[in-house]
Amino acid sequence: MATSSIDLDRRAAVPPLGDAIRFDHVSIAFEDKSILDSISFRLAHGEAKAIFGVAGSGKSTILKLALGLIKPDSGDITVMGQDITHMREEDLFEIRSQIGMVFQESALFDSLTVRDNVAFRLTEEHDITDEEIDARVTEALRFVELEHTLDKFPSELSGGMRRRVAIARAIITDPKVVLYDSPTGGLDPVTSNTIIELIVKQRDVHKTSSLLVTHRLQDAFTMANHTFDVQKNEMRRLPHGVRNDIPMTFMILRDGKAIFDGDIEELIATKDDYIREYIS
Amino acid sequence: MELELISPWEIAKDKIQAVQDYTLLSIRALGNLFERPIYIADTMQQADLIGVGSLPIVVLTGLSIGALLALNSANTLQRFGGITLIGQLVSIGMVTELGPLITGLMVAGRNASGMASELGSMIVTEQIDAMRALGTDPTKKLVTPRVIATAFMLFFLTIIADLLGLIGGNLVASLLFGLDVRQYWTSAWQILVFRDVFMGLIKPVLFGFVISTIGCYYGMSTRGGTQGVGRSTTQAVVASSVLILVVDFFVTKLIFAVLGYR
Repeated sequence: MATSSIDLDRRAAVPPLGDAIRFDHVSIAFEDKSILDSISFRLAHGEAKAIFGVAGSGKSTILKLALGLIKPDSGDITVMGQDITHMREEDLFEIRSQIGMVFQESALFDSLTVRDNVAFRLTEEHDITDEEIDARVTEALRFVELEHTLDKFPSELSGGMRRRVAIARAIITDPKVVLYDSPTGGLDPVTSNTIIELIVKQRDVHKTSSLLVTHRLQDAFTMANHTFDVQKNEMRRLPHGVRNDIPMTFMILRDGKAIFDGDIEELIATKDDYIREYIS
Repeated sequence: MELELISPWEIAKDKIQAVQDYTLLSIRALGNLFERPIYIADTMQQADLIGVGSLPIVVLTGLSIGALLALNSANTLQRFGGITLIGQLVSIGMVTELGPLITGLMVAGRNASGMASELGSMIVTEQIDAMRALGTDPTKKLVTPRVIATAFMLFFLTIIADLLGLIGGNLVASLLFGLDVRQYWTSAWQILVFRDVFMGLIKPVLFGFVISTIGCYYGMSTRGGTQGVGRSTTQAVVASSVLILVVDFFVTKLIFAVLGYR
């Protein structure tokens, strides 16, 4: 069922305790063009949320706002219980240390090796020994099954491998929330599935909150009806009617507004023509 | 392609905004010197790129400018029987003006463009956003090391250019006009006073600051993909070259006003 703006306000009115990320009536415009218009939503700790919308609908902008990389024109953004709306850049670094971000085109540092890319955050902390950094980099790369690429440069990797390195870089400090900006964009179906499997693995094994921006509905559906089997080290489909312990919600953007925010059953049952056309 | 008319007010507003952003970036770059972390390894790497990398071009231009200065002035001086003054002329010209200026312009052409294109590419590929997302301040990690390295290395590059210019002048004076080497160097040395040396050494530090902050500013404010990177690179070279000339004029005027004319 599509939620009205009143419903969205009600969702946003839930007390902030337990919210990893919370947007309250956030608006932003670029060069007089409104991108987000009074968007409100919350991402609870441990929850996974997928944000959909056509190109230019402001999906990636939401992630950048959540990280404090850009400031909203109006509204409030709370991350880990702290209002970051007007926070200074220096103060945001502490908040960002609890968040991992996988950028649209990976955004790996092209002059650094895979090892140095993944280790970047640890190296910047200055008080970690090289041995510990190496151990944690290897562990993070093993998680994405790329431990053999330590000394390669990003330009020597395929698109899918770059995304996997970006995931390793995002999770190396065990963040509480991971933001994924179109992690499967431009990838073939097989590689896309590998990336989604890693996202499901991170969500189910490390219990991190996930905010996924995508235009591929099947990615979010896969996340909703699959779980990660640690014993077999693979993603497995949940039996029909069985839901994952981890709540998964969907949000659809249109013309700068959130026209839907609900779970998979509500999405499938929606009567909204635009949404039905979108998910068909 | 549709042409869009922009009002003069909008253009003026953009220019003022750009000056404000540039000033803020420069202040932050300097302020970072007093805040941890200090990126020593990055500064050393930039010093190597800027200093050692620019050495061949500075050696060649320094030598050429000194030789040309001697060659052009020797005929006139000879006509008035003042060929022995050629050392003084080359010395004053190179140390106070041409050494810092030519070195500054050469390094601007080579490094302001390099900084603008490198940082611009990092902007358009979201590497700067990634750096911020990973908890690192790009002005500390990328801008301040470039500013320190450029100001520091331009100082020494200018000294090398000055020396090479004097050697170039000496070669012309001795080989083409038969001037005694000892006479050349003695007159070149004796004409210099504190004000000349001070002027010649303060300028490269200021030029280094201008080159690096302009290069970084245009790089960090890049918009519009690879085309934007190209535009930033060109603008960085033009703006830093022009600003070097403007700063040169005012610094020269200020030093003359404070320390007196020759």
